[in-house]
Amino acid sequence: MEETEAEVAPALIAVHPHRSSVAVAVGCDLRVFDLLAGVGVTLLDDSSSSSSSSSSSFHKDSIRAIRFSANGKLFVSAGDDKTLKIWSSISWRCIFTLSSEKRISAVAISNNESYVCFADKFGVVWVVDITGFDANQPLLDKKPTPLLSHYCSIITSLEFSPDDRFILSADRDFKIRVTNFPNKPLNGAHEIQSFCLGHTEFVSCLAFFQAQEYQQHLLSGSGDSTVRLWDVSSGALLDTCEVANKAGLLESNGNGKSEEHGHAVTDLCTTLDGVALLSHNVSAQTLTLAKVVSIEGEAFVPTSLGYAPSARELWIVTGVSSLPGCSHPSFARVRVISGIDIEQEAVVLEDEKMPGGEKLLETLQGTASVDENVFLAAAEAVKAAMHNLLIKKQYPSESRESRKKTRNDRKLKQ
Amino acid sequence: MPETGVKSTFSKSTGLPRKRFYRARAHSNPLSDSHFPVPISPSHVDYSIHFPQIFPDSSKKIQFADVGCGFGGLLISLATLFPETLMVGMELRDKVSEYVKERILSLRVANPGQYQNVSVVRTNSMKYIPNYFEKGQLSKMFFLFPDPHFKEKNHRRRVISPFLLDEYAYVLGVGGIIYTITDVEELGDWMKSCLENHPMFEALTEKELEADPVVKLLSSATEEGQKVARNEGQTFQAVYRRIVLTEQTS
Repeated sequence: MEETEAEVAPALIAVHPHRSSVAVAVGCDLRVFDLLAGVGVTLLDDSSSSSSSSSSSFHKDSIRAIRFSANGKLFVSAGDDKTLKIWSSISWRCIFTLSSEKRISAVAISNNESYVCFADKFGVVWVVDITGFDANQPLLDKKPTPLLSHYCSIITSLEFSPDDRFILSADRDFKIRVTNFPNKPLNGAHEIQSFCLGHTEFVSCLAFFQAQEYQQHLLSGSGDSTVRLWDVSSGALLDTCEVANKAGLLESNGNGKSEEHGHAVTDLCTTLDGVALLSHNVSAQTLTLAKVVSIEGEAFVPTSLGYAPSARELWIVTGVSSLPGCSHPSFARVRVISGIDIEQEAVVLEDEKMPGGEKLLETLQGTASVDENVFLAAAEAVKAAMHNLLIKKQYPSESRESRKKTRNDRKLKQ
Repeated sequence: MPETGVKSTFSKSTGLPRKRFYRARAHSNPLSDSHFPVPISPSHVDYSIHFPQIFPDSSKKIQFADVGCGFGGLLISLATLFPETLMVGMELRDKVSEYVKERILSLRVANPGQYQNVSVVRTNSMKYIPNYFEKGQLSKMFFLFPDPHFKEKNHRRRVISPFLLDEYAYVLGVGGIIYTITDVEELGDWMKSCLENHPMFEALTEKELEADPVVKLLSSATEEGQKVARNEGQTFQAVYRRIVLTEQTS
């Protein structure tokens, strides 16, 4: 039953909370552009100096998760090479490399920057104490300790609540688990606050929406083409937005992705054909689709989003780690939508108007110009990869029965 | 199977289903992808299918869960001991859960008014416990003679494990009791140490064990327990209470 084709990883994007830099991960490449200085950043990693790997690949296999910490001091990257790297986002030096037993599928950093959590392919969430790190000094050898576990399910997203009281984990079995994050997480997180149940396909992404200090709402996107709004402490489903239906899309098996929008009344979500803005009415606890921004002229299927609240910009990326039968080993395309606001008209910026201009595109995409023809192939590859990874295979009952008949553990009668 | 064959799976004298027609493999892989329907959330569990005489007129909730109920011996004993309590058995092997279902239906026919509070679901409880029960809904959970999974590689398939206890602590109300028993000493030690080391469970005292009528049923009521008794084997039990988590400051 081994898949013969190579696994394809979608491109990821992360924007610094103060918009000082942007990071894009495609395959095992990590690319960072300094928006303030307007130059590409050279990453430094002393820990892997022994291996004479090429300068841009600090990870030896596809990166599956990247993220800045809440105040932007730290950046983490992790993925299929079973390593997690913590970078200082000031010096862009790797301050800590950690190896996991299994492939890493999601990462989160507590908002007080004391703990880094990551989830592996077996559904176990691990925690590392990084209290008192020094940006100039590499962290000492720290071992991850297991925090909690989903029973043999791939964890697709990890998120701390804004007040660090809860850690949330979403999985392929339609579940979102809300766990109390203890004072001493190294002893494990045993007290489950709630389960958010309602999705009917894998949950792909989580995002918190904080309107007021005491009101924390969770948004989740799923393969069932809905974005749902939850009350975290009770696990109650507050509202459901059928993104695919409302946007008039026919596709339903897509990679719905929601992303937090720091503005008071909106939230957003990408669908297969572009970016959809959702309006979140806090007092009525409802979600409605505000608008769909489509990207003209390109078959752009966003694989990841990043939001820059200060500039009201939404950074989007599409791309894959490898394209079968194509000269490009990897492919990434970065676009920026400005004017993310309910009153304003959202504009997809032309390449020359992008912050950082051509230099940024060269850094993050690897090339300033992109071959139009690869878009569709990339979109297909992303869809197929997501489907292979997260959708459960359905076998008809006849084939299950015939497999039972041909089982090989039965003793042969002589 | 021809039409006439269906009836013969029931015993002529007792009207109960005959076990020999529901033989199944002793083990089932809990890690494999499930293809049976699972309720989206506890509010989607249809009580009127499970307890047709009691629902929809009642607002009761299931309070006892026998995880890996096997052929249902304990459930049948509990049903008459706690006639007012709703209870459910959870079994992964479909033939076995089918047997328990038929057994309950036949008992309901043979004893009008009785056994209306007991039912069975075919599910993987290691994966889907939160889909069936709300937070703190249960007052008793049973894990009787579970699959020992001797190999260290397969320890993560054990139904009692440090991580799964977090989920059991979630569905058990404070004061709820978890009953485990096995005839495999190694597994008995494992289950005891898992429960002992979990901050949300405490052991029942000897006195409390004496006073609890359910404890006696653990080894006497189940098919597995009777088998062990026939062979004069030893059993190892661990009975723990769900307590409020107090975070250690030391």
